[in-house]
Amino acid sequence: MSRRQVHLGAHFPGVNATTVWRDPRAGSQVDFSSFTHLARTAERGLMDFFFLAEGLRLREQRGRIYDLDVVGRPDTLTVLGSLAAVTTHLGLAGTINATFNEPYELARQFASLDHLSGGRAAWNVVTSSDAFTGENFRRGGYLAHSERYARAREVVDVAREFWDSWSGDALVADPGRGVFAAGAGIGTVEHTGPQFDVRAPGLLPRSPQGHPVLFQAGDSDEGREFGATYADAIFTMHGSLEAGRRFTADLRARAVRAGRSGEDLKILPGATFVLGDTPEQARERAYEIRLQQVGPEQAVAFLEQVWGRDLSGLDPDGPLPDVDPDPASTISQGRVKHAKDPVAVARGYRELAQANGWSARELVIEVSGRQQFVGTPEQVAQEMDDYVQADACDGFILVPSLTPTGLDEFVDRVVPLLQERGSYRTAYSGTTLRDHLGLRHPHQHAAHRATA
Amino acid sequence: MSPSTRPTLLRLGVELDGAGRHPAAWRLPGARPAELFTAAHWRRLAATADAADLDLLVVPDSHRLASEREADQRGRLDAVAVAAHLAPLTARTGLVPAVPVTHTEPFHTSKAIATLDFTSLGRAGWQVEVATTAEEADAFGRKGVQAGGELWREAAETVDVVRRLWDSWEDDAVVRDVATGRYVDRGKLHHVDFRGEHFSVKGPSITPRPPQGQPPVVVPVRDEASLAVAAAHADVARVQAPDEASAAERARQLRAAAGRDLLVLLDVEVLLRPDAAAALETAAHLDELSPGHPPRCLRHLGTPDSLAQALAQLPDGLDGAVLAPLDLPATLDLLATDVVPLLRARGLRPPAPPAGAAGTLRGRFGLPRPTSRYARPVAGGTR
Ligand SMILES: Cc1cc2nc3c(=O)[nH]c(=O)nc-3n(C[C@H](O)[C@H](O)[C@H](O)COP(=O)(O)O)c2cc1C
Repeated sequence: MSRRQVHLGAHFPGVNATTVWRDPRAGSQVDFSSFTHLARTAERGLMDFFFLAEGLRLREQRGRIYDLDVVGRPDTLTVLGSLAAVTTHLGLAGTINATFNEPYELARQFASLDHLSGGRAAWNVVTSSDAFTGENFRRGGYLAHSERYARAREVVDVAREFWDSWSGDALVADPGRGVFAAGAGIGTVEHTGPQFDVRAPGLLPRSPQGHPVLFQAGDSDEGREFGATYADAIFTMHGSLEAGRRFTADLRARAVRAGRSGEDLKILPGATFVLGDTPEQARERAYEIRLQQVGPEQAVAFLEQVWGRDLSGLDPDGPLPDVDPDPASTISQGRVKHAKDPVAVARGYRELAQANGWSARELVIEVSGRQQFVGTPEQVAQEMDDYVQADACDGFILVPSLTPTGLDEFVDRVVPLLQERGSYRTAYSGTTLRDHLGLRHPHQHAAHRATA
Repeated sequence: MSPSTRPTLLRLGVELDGAGRHPAAWRLPGARPAELFTAAHWRRLAATADAADLDLLVVPDSHRLASEREADQRGRLDAVAVAAHLAPLTARTGLVPAVPVTHTEPFHTSKAIATLDFTSLGRAGWQVEVATTAEEADAFGRKGVQAGGELWREAAETVDVVRRLWDSWEDDAVVRDVATGRYVDRGKLHHVDFRGEHFSVKGPSITPRPPQGQPPVVVPVRDEASLAVAAAHADVARVQAPDEASAAERARQLRAAAGRDLLVLLDVEVLLRPDAAAALETAAHLDELSPGHPPRCLRHLGTPDSLAQALAQLPDGLDGAVLAPLDLPATLDLLATDVVPLLRARGLRPPAPPAGAAGTLRGRFGLPRPTSRYARPVAGGTR
């Protein structure tokens, strides 16, 4: 296959500013039927995987639970476990925090999901370690921010020891010989390190993928190093063609420095999309969605997050605040922080608003959205394909704005065009997520290397 | 429930473990040992239990390898993962995974069971387990072995906080109020602010209140410490006793300690064959293959008929039984094809329900759906 293939995943619309809950068609965020619908749609569209984000404490702003976006979600691993029963090929990727879980338990949970799904499990390893989230857990906010990736590395190291603890032929299950599991094939995991002292006999026969697929999503320098060293796939927010090419080149170079091949990493930016019969219609729909996503209350709340100040008196239809942001603010808790220097960001916003004559809300509508692909199905298919052919990424994690039907139209209208272009599968050719992503089995890794 | 008002219907559950509770059961014909870690194995078992309209299916769990011996079955899948997989594939039977609480996070347990309740449409339960061994402590490496009394006191705190987290979202917290832009009424979300001897948890849960409000909590009664936890916190207690009479006495003690009613189910290990001699022979054969596994509770080796008779004669105070087949699938199959119909004929099990008639596990147990403890008596949230 000479043409680079587009890989697609389906992100369940959740606790973020993209999900439009005000739409009368918006369905439940917790009923299993919503998850089933999106997963089956993704599988109908021959996508690689279904993806769940996670946040272990409800977000707060100015000391109160943030109530303007979707609030609440079910448990990641349990939803994926149930989805395994209603899908057959789709990968099942779950975001699970490495800070507030122990490696023995995580290894066992993901190995169990991999067994029960026939090799479709993936773990997005995230590291949020703030004391705010820690208040829900036994140890509280025990981990320094600077230690978050040291912990994540050690968690994955120990988990891998557990996944490797039974040799490939340890499960004998031969009633004639009377051997269920060969003693020599079951190792004992013994690990002593800064984060853990763990000792336990191997826990389970090897699962179909050997190791579940690992995703990584942090964007700091340490986050990128961790991803390039450990992950199979990177979930990123670098959306434009140029930013994507730089990011992808950076990650592939880091992977090579870590002794891997650049192609061992699949780079998958989150992507929103809006389709229309004509380019104008798509743009109109996109703006309507933006108006629903950024109501007057959300506009003020967004600016409060950037400014770090109480802006409850601000008129969203008037100008931006004239005070400067408070860079030391903790006004917003429980969010992934992507922000740079807030004073510089605010200055940029003011310049933009002035140049265009935008109100505060109009400014937020313009700057906070991540609507990358807006157009006719033909335009969207071509643009996505162009990204992949230009190595700006290996594909996309699609983030629909509507639960649970937001992906239907994409599967019906864009997927066939990607197939026509020869950039997208017309049937699943394998059964595991590693097969779909074109990743090697970890236990064939060494042998493969030697001949490469 | 005083003995005189006890309903005649018998509550009936099964605990399914690999190829059966006996570690040598994988060697019997029909066991398909190579498939024990696959979905297919669990699907077959759950389909049988569901078609027989059993009240609950317990998936036991522990963080141990189970045995050092090559000849014994060892290794097990995570029980919540198994139950989650079975949720969309079953329609009636309650799904009750065991979750050991000693080394795990109450916050995770709470949302896992709440989510199982969503994916099973209100059929989730939770069996509380503790981890007593150094093997389990070392697997986590977070703390040493705890004494029995302290283990169960910590378990009691866990049940308390898990239940608070289930209540931390009132039922009508999600308002989707377009006029004010609010998705939730935050006056109906509650910090649980739990501070115990062993941990503190802030809350609220990240998961909305589950369909049953409070999925039933099952506590195994093995000693005085676990009896105290069952008395204080359980909806369903599983008692282990050497005979029916002492089990009934245990049930009486439990209700006296609780000062309220709760369901009490008797644990029985079972191995069934169409004729009694074959059942005895098979059990003896299993003990030869892997000696040193005495019964953990009452054990019934016999025919469907003898088991149905024994169940029909359970003393007052015992609401039913959780049967742990020593071998699978043979004993479970006979339970479904023979024992349940025999009990139906005696009026001890409800008639076969029409297809598609699903209820909640609380409903099966006759437990009303409670409102959240945090709900104010007067309607209307705060802004
Ligand atoms: C695209 C993207 C998605 C993320 N999703 C989650 C998530 O669902 N849950 C979470 O706790 N953290 C999430 N994170 C946070 C990161 O995984 C990481 O823990 C955090 O950004 C801090 O790491 P960093 O300093 O390397 O960025 C996400 C980050 C990115 C870039």
